Amino acid sequence: MERFHWVQHRCRQLLEGQSVQHWYSAPNGVPDKNSQDAHCSPHRVSGKQRTVFGRHGPHQQEYETISRNYKSNVIRTTKYNLLTFIPMNLFQQFHRVANLYFLFLALLNWVPVVEAFQKEITMIPLLVVLTVIAIKDALEDYRRYLFDKKINNNAVRVFCGKQKAYTDQRWKDVQVGDFVFLSCNEIIPADIVLLYSSDPSGVCYIETANLDGETNLKQRQVVSDLLLQGVEFSPESFHSRIVCENPNNDLSRFRGYMEHSSGVRVGLHNNNLLLRSCTIRNTQTVVGIVVYAGHETKAMMNNTGPRYKRSQLEKHLNKDILWCVVLLFIMCLTAAIGHGLWLKNLKDPVFQVDEEMSPALAGFCVFWTMIIVLQVLIPISLYVSIEIVKLGQIYFIHNDLALYNEQLDSRILCRALNITEELGQIQYLFSDKTGTLTENKMVFCRCSIYGVEYPHEENAHRLKMYEEEKTEAAVCSMTLKSGYSVKSLSCRSLGCNRSSVSLNTLNTESEEEEDQLFGKRTSAFCSRMAKEVVPDPELVKKLNWLSCPVLPLSEGSPGTPSSLELTYIIDFFLALAICNSVVVSSPSQPQNVVPEAGTPLRSLEEIKLMFQHFSFSPFSALTTISPPQIKSSPGSRQFTHGKTNSFTFSTPPSSTTVGSESGQESSLETSNLKLHLSARRERGDIGQLDSRETEGDISKTKINPDMAKQDVEGLTREMDNDDELVYEAECPDEEALVHAARAYRCTLRGRSADSLLVDLPGIGPLVIQLLHILPFDSNRKMMSVVVRHPVTGQVVVYTKGADSVVMGLAETPTCAEQAQEIHTHIRKQSQKHLDSYAREGLRTLCIAKKVLEEEEYEVWLKRHLLAESSIENREELILESAQRLETNLTLLGTTGIVDRLQEEVPETIEALQRAGIKIWVLTGDKQETAINIAYSCKILCPNDQLLTANCGSKDVCAAILEELKLEVQRCEDSLTRITSKKNCGNSFLCTVASFILVIDGQTLDWALQEDLKSDFLELSRRCKAVICCRSTPLQKSQVVHLIGKELGVITLAVGDGANDVSMIQMADVGIGISGQEGMQAVMSSDFAISRFKHLSKLLLVHGHWCYSRLANMILYFIYKNVMFVNLLFWYQFFCGFSGSVMTNAWVLIIFNLLFTSIPPLIYGVLDQNMSADLLMGLPELYQATQTSQVYVPCMFWITVLDAFYQSLVCFFVPYFALAGSDAGELTLGSPINASALFIILLHQVLESHTLTWIHVLVLVLSGGSYFGFVLLLSVFCVTCNPPTNPVGVETLQMSQPLFYFVCALTTVTALIPRVLFRALHNTLNPSAVLKLAPMDKVNSEKYHERMQRWNLSHSKVKRLPLGADNPGLEPSTASEVS
Amino acid sequence: MGRAKRKPGPLARRPDNSAFKQQRLPAWSPMLTANTVLPFFYFMALICMLLGVWLLLTVQGTQEIKLDYTEAGTCDKCFEKRKNVSSAAESCICKVVFLVEKPFKGDVFFYYGLQNFHQNLRRYMDSRDDGQLVGRKSNLKEPSSYCEPFAKDQNGLPIAPCGAVANSFFNDSFTLTYYGSSGDPVKVPLLRTGITWYTDKNVKYRNPQIDNLTLAQVFEGTAKPLYWKKPVYELDPLDPTNNGFINDDLIVWMREAAFPNFKKLYGVLYHDKLFTDGLPAGNYSIDISYNFPVQYFQGRKEVVLTTLTWFGGQNYFLPIAYLVTSSLILLIAVILTVAWWKFGKKGKNMEE
Repeated sequence: MERFHWVQHRCRQLLEGQSVQHWYSAPNGVPDKNSQDAHCSPHRVSGKQRTVFGRHGPHQQEYETISRNYKSNVIRTTKYNLLTFIPMNLFQQFHRVANLYFLFLALLNWVPVVEAFQKEITMIPLLVVLTVIAIKDALEDYRRYLFDKKINNNAVRVFCGKQKAYTDQRWKDVQVGDFVFLSCNEIIPADIVLLYSSDPSGVCYIETANLDGETNLKQRQVVSDLLLQGVEFSPESFHSRIVCENPNNDLSRFRGYMEHSSGVRVGLHNNNLLLRSCTIRNTQTVVGIVVYAGHETKAMMNNTGPRYKRSQLEKHLNKDILWCVVLLFIMCLTAAIGHGLWLKNLKDPVFQVDEEMSPALAGFCVFWTMIIVLQVLIPISLYVSIEIVKLGQIYFIHNDLALYNEQLDSRILCRALNITEELGQIQYLFSDKTGTLTENKMVFCRCSIYGVEYPHEENAHRLKMYEEEKTEAAVCSMTLKSGYSVKSLSCRSLGCNRSSVSLNTLNTESEEEEDQLFGKRTSAFCSRMAKEVVPDPELVKKLNWLSCPVLPLSEGSPGTPSSLELTYIIDFFLALAICNSVVVSSPSQPQNVVPEAGTPLRSLEEIKLMFQHFSFSPFSALTTISPPQIKSSPGSRQFTHGKTNSFTFSTPPSSTTVGSESGQESSLETSNLKLHLSARRERGDIGQLDSRETEGDISKTKINPDMAKQDVEGLTREMDNDDELVYEAECPDEEALVHAARAYRCTLRGRSADSLLVDLPGIGPLVIQLLHILPFDSNRKMMSVVVRHPVTGQVVVYTKGADSVVMGLAETPTCAEQAQEIHTHIRKQSQKHLDSYAREGLRTLCIAKKVLEEEEYEVWLKRHLLAESSIENREELILESAQRLETNLTLLGTTGIVDRLQEEVPETIEALQRAGIKIWVLTGDKQETAINIAYSCKILCPNDQLLTANCGSKDVCAAILEELKLEVQRCEDSLTRITSKKNCGNSFLCTVASFILVIDGQTLDWALQEDLKSDFLELSRRCKAVICCRSTPLQKSQVVHLIGKELGVITLAVGDGANDVSMIQMADVGIGISGQEGMQAVMSSDFAISRFKHLSKLLLVHGHWCYSRLANMILYFIYKNVMFVNLLFWYQFFCGFSGSVMTNAWVLIIFNLLFTSIPPLIYGVLDQNMSADLLMGLPELYQATQTSQVYVPCMFWITVLDAFYQSLVCFFVPYFALAGSDAGELTLGSPINASALFIILLHQVLESHTLTWIHVLVLVLSGGSYFGFVLLLSVFCVTCNPPTNPVGVETLQMSQPLFYFVCALTTVTALIPRVLFRALHNTLNPSAVLKLAPMDKVNSEKYHERMQRWNLSHSKVKRLPLGADNPGLEPSTASEVS
Repeated sequence: MGRAKRKPGPLARRPDNSAFKQQRLPAWSPMLTANTVLPFFYFMALICMLLGVWLLLTVQGTQEIKLDYTEAGTCDKCFEKRKNVSSAAESCICKVVFLVEKPFKGDVFFYYGLQNFHQNLRRYMDSRDDGQLVGRKSNLKEPSSYCEPFAKDQNGLPIAPCGAVANSFFNDSFTLTYYGSSGDPVKVPLLRTGITWYTDKNVKYRNPQIDNLTLAQVFEGTAKPLYWKKPVYELDPLDPTNNGFINDDLIVWMREAAFPNFKKLYGVLYHDKLFTDGLPAGNYSIDISYNFPVQYFQGRKEVVLTTLTWFGGQNYFLPIAYLVTSSLILLIAVILTVAWWKFGKKGKNMEE
């Protein structure tokens, strides 16, 4: 169906595309019609590419011919227009089986011999359903239309050929080839290739929040050689031709080239494309040419509607509906046979109408008549009701305050509208680790440089303290929950407060302030404090040697670092600061500028000397190549630091403070300086560095170099002043590293397309020429920057990447033996440190560098440029090129980044496990890291058994699985023995085997194969949790698929990154966490939450509610229909099975459609079988819905039987009360209907767990509307309903006491069994809640006791010490141990 | 969904903290336990008991005589006669004698009853034209298709009233005679009009109104139903206002009975002279003009004389049902009490 819509949509667009262009094409753009149209461009639209010319350039004719097939910028997301609405909508609606069923019934009623009711009446249900849905569709479509109209009429400045200027036009008038002029904060109307930016370096920043929700700035670049033309860009002089690929929906790819009139081709890539609906930021003005417009833009092509998934309950429901069909069939057949027999016994039907019909034929006709009469038995309207109920449930989930994240101001996003009840049935939860369990907000934690580890103890201590505060804050926020409506401070300002406060905490003086802010702690995580790093005193001390005037060139006392080590340290921090794609901005400054200032505080010469001395590469090239980009503009400080940090021009640079610089250097400098000045004239000059203060600091160090503690404070204080800088990174690791570097005063101050401004400790601001960035990709697992080293002037590659890769590529350079020794030492040490980091659960990265020979670089550069400009398989070429460069690296050091757990993750996991959900962690991380995270978030308890499966071949894997299975079996047996010995008799203990399986990616590959699958399943089924590490996205989805399919359970996958998408899509319920890693996971999910902890409320409360509500509503609905339809059926026994009804046809049809349809909806949306607090407090209650205790086949049959009983009572009490009297047919129907109504409504009251005023109101209205309707009918309907005539029946009936006596007796008798059942049930098993609470307490105590004893008695059994590396667990060892 | 209201500020998307949206509306949970249900049960049992007893007493005050006259008395002749279609047009009069042992007090109603006559068959029931019966002239001349095959006669004239229901109009007539102590036959006066519902006589059934025309003229151009002996405008020769569609007997017949065994009101005793208090005890006879054939559907015909209570005729079902329900509820309540006593208290203990 979806596809069909799409095709229709496309067709319409194609049809209208032409006319739209005619209507809207701006008059000024129309060229002479009489010019030869025959002149065809040689560059016709080919299958794969599209060609774009400037609309007002010299290629007008070509433009016309080519652009005819391109869509204009009008968007139409509506499905219908005024004319097509009725036919299209009807056509669509009849794709539903339910509507076809109604249609079939309506048509059946037109056959005269079968006709049951007046022809019009059978059409009512159909009409009502069609109308309701049509109105809904129309409203939705109208809203879309209004939205489209608003979008289409947005104004944008477009170059106008006639006026030779940019004029305001509407978005819809923009066409491919138009030149669009955009200012800061404007929204981009179409996909545009950037041709000009007011930024001198041709950079423009966009925010893609509208597109994917990411708020960080992305850098876009003017097409590379346009910038060199230097002059102001003018559309008229744009003669180039753009060739690019056809429209597609890949947001991260754009390939093409621009061919200038001279024939030179320039490659275009994603960096040149501004996407529709993004916002221009930090850039004054921008001009670009439209390449894709309207529906062909990438943003529009990525627009997909909500997803449709079929829920388990619905499948179950279908089975029951089939039973209803069977029931209907039986009833109709009974009637048909009965009628045939009856007719046969009737000798001579003088008074009958169809004398000529044979009994068999008459029976056949009656069969169909009965289908019409008993149509309600098939609860077709149930499907509509379920949809409405789910919408209501979604509404409440969406509005839940507990699922709202104040920091991000984001609610839960429900993308799939029809699987709410699946949330209540989850049995397996598959979770990603990074960003899902953890914050994905990285904080630099430890590092190792030159093989020396810097533990950053103070930092660790601080983080811990912070965590404690956080938990306290959580408690506090719990108590403050009721005060949600109180407007609290904005997140950002709070964050600032927090950071300053926490910094003060280090100075141990701000306890009071802490207390003051205590109440606002809810926003703990937007705090930037998490970013700040307390430097390691040791490292600071070493760094300070750099600031010392006397370089310890000779390795002297053991306390002083060698200068080799010093260069390593400097390089390390430099790499941290620049090897990234971080965008620096400053909140108080609109433009992203590389601030230009800096005073080398020490003699550059000395530093250079140092570098020269210890550099492994020959240094001779320095003089031949362009001089190092050292700027010596003095940053004499003109204003104080602080919040009012305005960026004005400082005084022209003078070299007063650079006294010690040599003359030669100076001359080089000045020439260089001029160049830079001309290029960056507009940029503000910031004297950010408080030179005096720093100088003072340094002098202090000089006097007292051992007072590292003080230095740390000094650093901290200084950093506090630098707070104005804001780093926006694509990946949180980068941000953490930059912040770490900054903590050591190696501050990234700004970035432009080809240069970076970095403060170096003891040296001051330096401009580093950026040659290349080789961005991160998952194949290489690393990223590099190629820069010209600011000090030595060499071309240096800084690389950071995964340890597994970098350690492999890091080679020992061929030089002095001593150096080689050092290197081996460093690598060995670093590896050791890496291992220990991983054990602590830190994310590890290696930092390496490589010094390139000039010639080497030239060679590489040539091939790289070639790769960059190629249009076919560019990605592969660039990858290859990067790999060529990233060899022979010199390992500088390693970093350990902590990725803290999100708040309340352990609690959530514990709750979910108590709820009987098995949790699997699927992560790409290392085994040790994964186990540690699992431990810290309580997937793993101290007395759990770890089973590890790592192996290298399939046979080993099979053997391991077998062994582990046996072990689990044995342990379980012994556990059972213990329990049985103790005569506890509680099977609860035996079923929960607390084994944790840890399996790595390679082993998983084997285990997922066909022949080992069952073993793996068997094993994992017995484990409490499974941790899969080093797993690929494909494996993740395979695991989910395997479990979901083979075990037939309902699975939930939760993840936040692109690597989780396949898993999320595979699972029954996919949950995306809108976190740090973009929106891909969210876009493919069914529900998007912002915190892992929201899962507990979502599943335990909403899932439970939704499931039980829906299940109860379905049961009630079936009950209602069976009950009502049976009344009609019983009557057939008294009317010769002829299909008569004792009710007015109107009432009959409307009874289900109107009088008794709203209460079940309310019931389905609002009922709460248990309170939210209870469900949260006792997660075990989840198991009731998980195992679908509410909606089981036996409940269905009980319900049907109850309905049968009630209908029997409801029919036969009035029957006997009126038997033998002169009662007319409708006179019998009147008390039957009324009591049926009472019974049905009161039945609901009995079934409801909660009744609010809404329930009462709806129930009263429902009852009232019935009586109102029948009374009106009985007063006014004289001939409105030809064969039956209700005039006067009800009024007379309701004036007689008999009516009330009958109704009362019927209602009471019908409901007694259910009341009795409920009362007995509640009395004999006092509600599960009360029972569970004390039991659970006893259970868990006993359980722990038992487990401990068991663990002791089985201490022989191999227990993997947490974090121990155990790479090759051979089957033999496993068997030995156990 | 959440964009309906746009609040400024950083928490713009925060859901309202209203009781409704947070699903914390104050609610009453109908927790049915023995404690809550038992008082209700006992109360219901008591109420039902009282009502049952009251109804029983009321019903016992009624009297009813049913007289199957299908083949009773001299009617066996007529019964045989009606078996034969050829003699359908011949009239046949017979007499049935019966004894009233106890006098009937108050209003006495005279019903005729039919057994096994399915007036509630779907096709039969639908075979009528309410438009015609309400006096629409268009429907008079052009009866609704529902009336087929009783819409037109073989000459193509529209039938008035059309349809199977009217065609099968019950056409026996009765004369009730009382033989008092003296033995003289006294005709029991029966009111033959006013036996319909007010709405039927005045709203639902109207004669077609044409100025200055008699009823016979109005119905000109229509045929009488197939089995009828007299046209519709001559149904009551004594009372000209009781003719046409508003004839009481026709109206009573046209209200289709709910069950195959039914009775329909024929007349109400007129409290006159001997009969001011009702029917005295004694011998009675009914003279029957025996026209309606019942052998086709294996039916029986009967005459019912009864007095009524405020809740209908002599029907013991309702009082007995109330009494049975009452005792059932009582039984259940006792069982529940025992259950609660034995088990429920434990639950309560656990709760504590």
